[in-house]
Amino acid sequence: MTNPVIEAKNVWKSFRTVQAVKGINLKIPKGQFTALLGPNGAGKTTLVEMIEGIQKPDSGEITIMGKHWRGNEDKLHHIIGLSLQETRFIDKLRLTETLQLFASFFNLGKERVNEIIEIVGLEEKRKSFVVNLSGGQRQRLAIGIALINAPSILLLDEPTTGLDPNARREIWDILHRLKKESETSMILTTHYMEEAENLCDYIVIMDNGVILREGTLDQLLQEAGNLDDLFVSLTGRRIND
Amino acid sequence: MIKFLRLNQLWQLTLALYHEITREPGVLFWGILFPILISLGLGLAFTKKADVVRKVAVSRSSGISDRGDSELSGFLEKNCIKKQPDSKEDYDWKYDHKDDKLGNTLFLFYEMDWPEAMVMLKRGTVNLILQSNNGKTEYHFDPVNADAELTFRKLRDILGSGAVLNVESNSEIKPLTVTGTRYIDFLVPGLITMGVMMSTMWGISYGIIEKRSKKLLRRLVATPMRKSHFLVALITVRLTMNVVEALILILFTLIIFNIMVQGSISALILMFIAGNMAFAGIAVFVSSHTSNTEVGNGLINAVVMPMVVLSGIFFSYQNFPDWSVKIIKVLPLTLMTDGIRSIFNEGAGYSEVGISILVLSVIGILFFSAGLKIFKWH
Repeated sequence: MTNPVIEAKNVWKSFRTVQAVKGINLKIPKGQFTALLGPNGAGKTTLVEMIEGIQKPDSGEITIMGKHWRGNEDKLHHIIGLSLQETRFIDKLRLTETLQLFASFFNLGKERVNEIIEIVGLEEKRKSFVVNLSGGQRQRLAIGIALINAPSILLLDEPTTGLDPNARREIWDILHRLKKESETSMILTTHYMEEAENLCDYIVIMDNGVILREGTLDQLLQEAGNLDDLFVSLTGRRIND
Repeated sequence: MIKFLRLNQLWQLTLALYHEITREPGVLFWGILFPILISLGLGLAFTKKADVVRKVAVSRSSGISDRGDSELSGFLEKNCIKKQPDSKEDYDWKYDHKDDKLGNTLFLFYEMDWPEAMVMLKRGTVNLILQSNNGKTEYHFDPVNADAELTFRKLRDILGSGAVLNVESNSEIKPLTVTGTRYIDFLVPGLITMGVMMSTMWGISYGIIEKRSKKLLRRLVATPMRKSHFLVALITVRLTMNVVEALILILFTLIIFNIMVQGSISALILMFIAGNMAFAGIAVFVSSHTSNTEVGNGLINAVVMPMVVLSGIFFSYQNFPDWSVKIIKVLPLTLMTDGIRSIFNEGAGYSEVGISILVLSVIGILFFSAGLKIFKWH
């Protein structure tokens, strides 16, 4: 593997009495779409938040493009795009205004805002208030905001949770186009098997703060007929139980 | 400097936060008008006391020295207990009126010159001035001020009872309608300052807590946005709203009640900005940690409600016990209200309100700095 864009070395994180992440090691190469697959409480979000710089590891280290967060916040914020779980934007801002706000943080203008609106397919909703968007449209807006700075690294935390199949498909289409047209590396957390299979080159199965298995879909399917069965064989329960 | 000040970023943040307020009438109602209505209700309810103290000024020009010549001096000398004042703030006579049904009233009489009595009246320390004129007692008060009228009626009943004097035939009501002496003159500065406190505390504190609970703060700081720009934009928008609200109120009362600013306009502007600074600092401090809107609600109420009740918005805080007045006087809302009231009604300038401006600014800076130290963006 060439120099990884993201590297986690023996990362530990706890919250009071809960040990959320237990000694995880991970390397994400350039251009790879990686799924962190696991049930609720597996430690996926905590791991992603540490990569995002929102949480600090108790021990171990995380580097992005070879850089630690400390002292490099501004540089790293410029190359990362992210969509957090359940973020709500300002209800009474129009879609265009919301994108303009985030574009201003990267010193970008209306041209980029228009490109993003086209990428996420929300041309007809330009003037709509955020509060009036459907769940799927809001999620597409969140992904649009994550993409506004044309990031080298995209971190998406449960981007399709709670969406209907059509809305989920629309998000997948955006991400498929992104993979085809750019060299962006992506980490996506999900508990949907088909999402991991459909979108990602590399799948990391997590539970209770540890990585149980990782590899390409073909490598993982050598152990079981499908990812659900593999998870059952590893943990004794189904992922969505 | 340009690198530090990302102007487009600051402008877009200010614009977004401005839209957030102006496009949501409910925020204006619940954040600003509703607390005012609550405090108004509390102000009205806060009148029933077991023992009411009523402070009355007696003008020295009323000829008190001619002992017993006028009905007023006769009443004071014969029916009241004379006290040798220890200080300027101490009363000269007291009269304890016992009433089992309507409650006891303690009248405290302060002898002073007419100009001094007017200042006391403007400050709300007293709401009625007594003056003797050719043996008759004149009652100087704002007839629109219900509290002053009540003092007048109670006092007239007492002066008219027993064998002291026949007040009905001997006294005159002298309505005070000069700008600066009416209840409306007392009330408007208080409404302005209370509006600033309510709008700032709810707008900034609740706004921050809500954005934290919605994970919007977390999302914003995951970009190259300058954290300071977010807070500056939030405070700028709130200050602008406060200026607009205060101007509307002043304009309205100028047209309807002929309210005048008798003191220094520049001192008024500085006092307004200092008050906004103080409450903005307190607001950032209060909202620095919690992401729970119900906890935030309680915290904000814990700060604003005592000041609404104590700081002399609807009635003078001089009616509270003496030991508490010293504390009340240094509350931020009291400092701002007293300052703005004295600029409006007493013609005050920098020499009178300079220290209050300084203290409010320091309060703002201290709370803002402390708030930033413990501020939780995630």
